[in-house]
Amino acid sequence: MEWEVVIGLEIHAQLATKSKIFSGASTQYGAEANTQACAVDLGLPGVLPVFNEEALRMAVKFGLAIDADIGKKSVFDRKNYFYPDLPKGYQTTQLHHPIVGMGHIDIELDDGSTKRINVTRAHLEEDAGKSVHEGFGSMSGIDLNRAGTPLVEIVSEPEMRSAKEAAAYFRKMHSIVTYLGICDGDLSQGSMRCDCNVSLRPKGQEEFGTRTEIKNVNSFRNVERAIESEIERQMDILEDGGSIVQETRLYDADKNETRSMRSKEVANDYRYFPCPDLLPVIIDDNYIEAVRETLPELPDDKRARFVKDHGLSVNDAAVLASDRELAHYFETVAHSANDYKLAANWVQGDVSAALNRLEISISELAVSAEQLGHILKLIKDNTLNTGGAREVFNALLEGKGDDTVASVDKLVDSLGLKQVSDTGAIEAIVEKVLADNPKLVEGYLNTPEDKRAKAIGPFIGLTRKAAAGVNPQVVMDVLKKKLSELG
Amino acid sequence: MALDQQQVRDIAELARLQLDDNQIAEYQKNLSSILDLVDQLSAVDTSSVEPMAHPLDAVQRLRADAVTEENQRDHFQQCAPQTENGYYLVPRVVE
Repeated sequence: MEWEVVIGLEIHAQLATKSKIFSGASTQYGAEANTQACAVDLGLPGVLPVFNEEALRMAVKFGLAIDADIGKKSVFDRKNYFYPDLPKGYQTTQLHHPIVGMGHIDIELDDGSTKRINVTRAHLEEDAGKSVHEGFGSMSGIDLNRAGTPLVEIVSEPEMRSAKEAAAYFRKMHSIVTYLGICDGDLSQGSMRCDCNVSLRPKGQEEFGTRTEIKNVNSFRNVERAIESEIERQMDILEDGGSIVQETRLYDADKNETRSMRSKEVANDYRYFPCPDLLPVIIDDNYIEAVRETLPELPDDKRARFVKDHGLSVNDAAVLASDRELAHYFETVAHSANDYKLAANWVQGDVSAALNRLEISISELAVSAEQLGHILKLIKDNTLNTGGAREVFNALLEGKGDDTVASVDKLVDSLGLKQVSDTGAIEAIVEKVLADNPKLVEGYLNTPEDKRAKAIGPFIGLTRKAAAGVNPQVVMDVLKKKLSELG
Repeated sequence: MALDQQQVRDIAELARLQLDDNQIAEYQKNLSSILDLVDQLSAVDTSSVEPMAHPLDAVQRLRADAVTEENQRDHFQQCAPQTENGYYLVPRVVE
């Protein structure tokens, strides 16, 4: 039978506020255990949560970025369950009146087309703490520093039809929240996590099949792999005439398989009710419009502009616009060199290669955008050839300069990379090369007119060998002229 | 609406309450009568009433995003039954 895959994602994104959603404790990552868990986060008796205005602003900003309805009245509810990393015995979240209603984003498919994925809703909630199961003997250790960190949970419609689409959606959401500056997007620190709802149905059937939920997948690659392995597992069961059990599963990246999180005998019932400690949050059109004013250019717009205004290919534009920092670096280089295409080639070429090789992000690169822009300017005015430019770039990477633009000029001098473009000087070198290689010259002169373009190659090599840093274009011009004078 | 004993046990489990058999019967009776009261409320026509999220006719105040809390871990951990290296210890939980 032919099966259709149905996928919906729930993405949790930590908001980049300084303090927690309901308390004045710091949200900074990596602090010593429980040093950032205050009385409110611990759920001690008598405390009162007070809502962080920045968390509200960030959630509204997100809603506007995905063209969603903004909840002018949103309400916090308590989701009740017991777990040691949730000291209050409930998570404060939004059930019936979320801050962000129906919106949508567009994802790019492999064939270059785009697909619209609707976002059902996005609501504000608090993160839980962390349990550590190693190193405490028969006990578990609980660190509540993360408890109370603001999250937006972004819930998609079940509109993705392949693991690839799901990964593209996750990537696009990552790109949007980092562009907005509302989430640092650091997947390795759990700043974004994804729950994947996966089901299969016979092609053509309208009714959804039974779904499973893969919890807490934390990389783009793992979203794709986890869903693929789950699709395979479900298909095997269905093809054998079995049925899918609705359950929560975990993805084991080492084994590349999902496994069941043993479901408890008593089905969980979260017994939601409106949180009596928090009043309804009311915002008006003025507030919403003021937030709209602060929206930056978003990835889709930037990509379109790169193509339309600067003639980049759709693929180059998509890669360069996907990440805010990378896009900013690229645009700074392009402005400084006044050449978007050359900048695109370098950022996608040498810069990307260096980032991959050194396993660093663009913000950690030792070559600043201004420096690279200056290097490209030197290529354009023929001071450097590409090889020389690469040498300067690598020297900066190796820490041989400092972070100033002047450092580029100094390296060009000290490494002796300045191209000789002076025609007189090059003529003298070329004349010597021709005089020293009479056989080659004879061979060239015996070469038919239409094959000479290729036959000129050895002379270029010899000239450049005789004087490093000569401008290849000038060499070519001089060679052609001198050789034609000979016959 | 009457609850059966298993429903009472399930609710107790969700609320982490340990009830003996006598208490189960008692809770069964009391919770059922609360539900009867809820049934009476449900019978009222509320079609023109907006659901109320909070009894106070007021709006949530917002707090500026600033870190105002200092580390009081030692103080807080005095009331914890067991701690180690700054962690609160609980009976081992593994999913």
